[in-house]
Amino acid sequence: MIIQLDGKNVGFSNGSGHPAESAPAIFFVHGAGMDHSVWVMPARYFARHGYRVMALDLPGHGRSEGPALDSVDAMADWLARVIEISAAHAKEVTVVGHSMGSLVGMSLAARHPERIDRLVLLGTSAPMPVADVLLNAAQDNDHAAIDMANTWSHGQRSQLGASDNPGTSNLHMGERLLERVADDVYFKDFSACNGFTTKDYAPILAPTLVMTGDEDKMTPPRAGMAVAGMLKSSQVTHLRGCGHSMLSEQPNQVLDALSAFIRG
Amino acid sequence: MTDSKHRGPQGMGFDTLSLHAGQVPDPTTGARATPIYQSAAFVFPDSDVAAGLFNIERAGHVYSRLSNPTNAVLEERMAALDHGVGSVVTASGQAALHLAITTILSAGDHIVSSRSVYGGTHNLLEYTMSRFGISTTFVDPRDMAAFSDAIQPNTKLVFGEVLGNPGLEVLDIPALSELAHTHHLPLLIDATFVTPYLCQPIELGADLVVHSATKFLSGHGVVVGGVVVDGGTFDWQSSDKFPTLSEPYVGFHNLVFADEFGPAAFITRARKEGIRDFGACMAPMTAFQILQGLETLPLRMQKHVANAMEVAAYLEQHAMVESVSYPGLPSHPDYELAQKMLPKGCGAVFSFEIKGGREAGRAFIESLNVFSHLANVGDAKSLVIHPASTTHHRVDEESLLASGIGPGLVRLSVGLEDAKDLINDLKAGLRVVEKMHEQAAAQQAEKVS
Ligand SMILES: Cc1ncc(COP(=O)(O)O)c(C=O)c1O
Repeated sequence: MIIQLDGKNVGFSNGSGHPAESAPAIFFVHGAGMDHSVWVMPARYFARHGYRVMALDLPGHGRSEGPALDSVDAMADWLARVIEISAAHAKEVTVVGHSMGSLVGMSLAARHPERIDRLVLLGTSAPMPVADVLLNAAQDNDHAAIDMANTWSHGQRSQLGASDNPGTSNLHMGERLLERVADDVYFKDFSACNGFTTKDYAPILAPTLVMTGDEDKMTPPRAGMAVAGMLKSSQVTHLRGCGHSMLSEQPNQVLDALSAFIRG
Repeated sequence: MTDSKHRGPQGMGFDTLSLHAGQVPDPTTGARATPIYQSAAFVFPDSDVAAGLFNIERAGHVYSRLSNPTNAVLEERMAALDHGVGSVVTASGQAALHLAITTILSAGDHIVSSRSVYGGTHNLLEYTMSRFGISTTFVDPRDMAAFSDAIQPNTKLVFGEVLGNPGLEVLDIPALSELAHTHHLPLLIDATFVTPYLCQPIELGADLVVHSATKFLSGHGVVVGGVVVDGGTFDWQSSDKFPTLSEPYVGFHNLVFADEFGPAAFITRARKEGIRDFGACMAPMTAFQILQGLETLPLRMQKHVANAMEVAAYLEQHAMVESVSYPGLPSHPDYELAQKMLPKGCGAVFSFEIKGGREAGRAFIESLNVFSHLANVGDAKSLVIHPASTTHHRVDEESLLASGIGPGLVRLSVGLEDAKDLINDLKAGLRVVEKMHEQAAAQQAEKVS
């Protein structure tokens, strides 16, 4: 799906839904170098349950026109505009972000609190420092950046080629998805993560769910716990045996936690 | 990314994946081996989960035609070994090829295929798919310009086998991939003869791979099965050529596969349409047996290749042998390409031409003891067939030659026996042929005198 924002294409998936005008809305925001397709299962679930779903491509990713944005705050401002034009009549708005997308959610909740009722942060850390080797490889558009990030993003089961999703290789899915990103975008995303800081933000008041994976090497569980500790109202779901790529590694557990938090 | 080679993640090695990929010990029973889930269907905990499974919003199993936990282990192992985003296993290699084709082609579409393909594949493309409006142009696999010239506005797929039949032509996958991609077409490769141990076509630029798992993957000649692997590399939305993936599918509530599933669009449609509707699924017992085979794939392929090299070298120097077609030998026209593309070896299936035509071929084959005379390849045991007196018995000599089959052509599938025993068996068979020649010469001499 494509909509226009300020004359530019914004790509997203609606989970094959046909929501009512006033339907509650959920905006899914992907992580560095990814696109909307990581959200396919929760997008389809919430669409079937009557939600207005927008699994977005951030600018410069998937089918959204570039250029990619330089900072998390710029991405959050863009998201605020997308929410404004596409969910003006929604009865409530939830933002669900993974990894870099979780930072976008935090920035939005702190700086545009009127736009959001509920926040979900998967695989999060604030700050979110990126290792120099990874940053440098991404700057050189070296495929090694993809290999490193993708390998570190998967837990033991995925390393051994096992998946909850029958017949799927989580590792190779991650690899192929990252290979789709245009030159320099991966570096821009990592730089945005690296430059993120919460210190100037107002406290986040929106009720928030944090999900951590105990095998997550990119955003370790203690980082997620620390984020939860900074929030006014938070709860945490720990995923056992799960790495950073929670959406492909434990789709059912993620769905159950999202459903319980959002639908009650 | 600038450097967009499809390099896999720096993960587990090939041997480890052959043993483990797709399976961790069963969490409830502790079973180390892959359990055989001999169940047609799987219980839903509640209706919302059931609806979610049907709607592809949850991971899990519904019904064994669509997916099965034992089959899923095999699918994930093959995806890991071939560096694909996913795979679907099928009832046979033929079913795999049919599934790959029908997932993206419809009536009115066209395929450009290497002409040196398995006979059954030729039948499927030339005679059977054409009944359903999908036509094929066959070209010389060594002639890249011929592939290019054969591409029409309705062409949707480029196809070939890594090693051709019967001439063992080595398909230049990197070159053909570039050519196909220039025309916005996906490249499908049949890698049956090489297995991912000797060749990973997706790494070389192919987008889709099919295997007959009946052969080396299972490796013991006990099952029939197939696999389709999706590389996840092709951008189905780069043109309007692939509406099954880029446009709403009425048969699944207007799902646009490429939109929602990204790199897994093809394999998701293959499962949600082709396996669902054509139904050529694999039995879980078969999947288990193929998994058993895969555990030793690296070891077996090493020995297959080593034995094949020895046998081929022996045959090449034999006086009763006209020629040997094996790309592992410097005499093969594709030797250089094989050294580059198949550094671990050229598999264990090859052909050679016996002096003396049909009669000599028949006598030779019937005198062998260790080699089994049958229509298959890729068994742990050595196999042999003489097309002119069996599969192509009713074909006249001229047509035989046109398809690259000489009257004395013998095809071997070299197994895992002691190489010396295989060579002795062939030696005895060739001695029979030699005697035929000697008798003929003596009769000739008598006539002359
Ligand atoms: C190269 C090749 N592809 C495909 C097939 C078909 O496989 P199956 O017999 O499993 O249907 C064969 C079988 O001989 C083959 O040799």
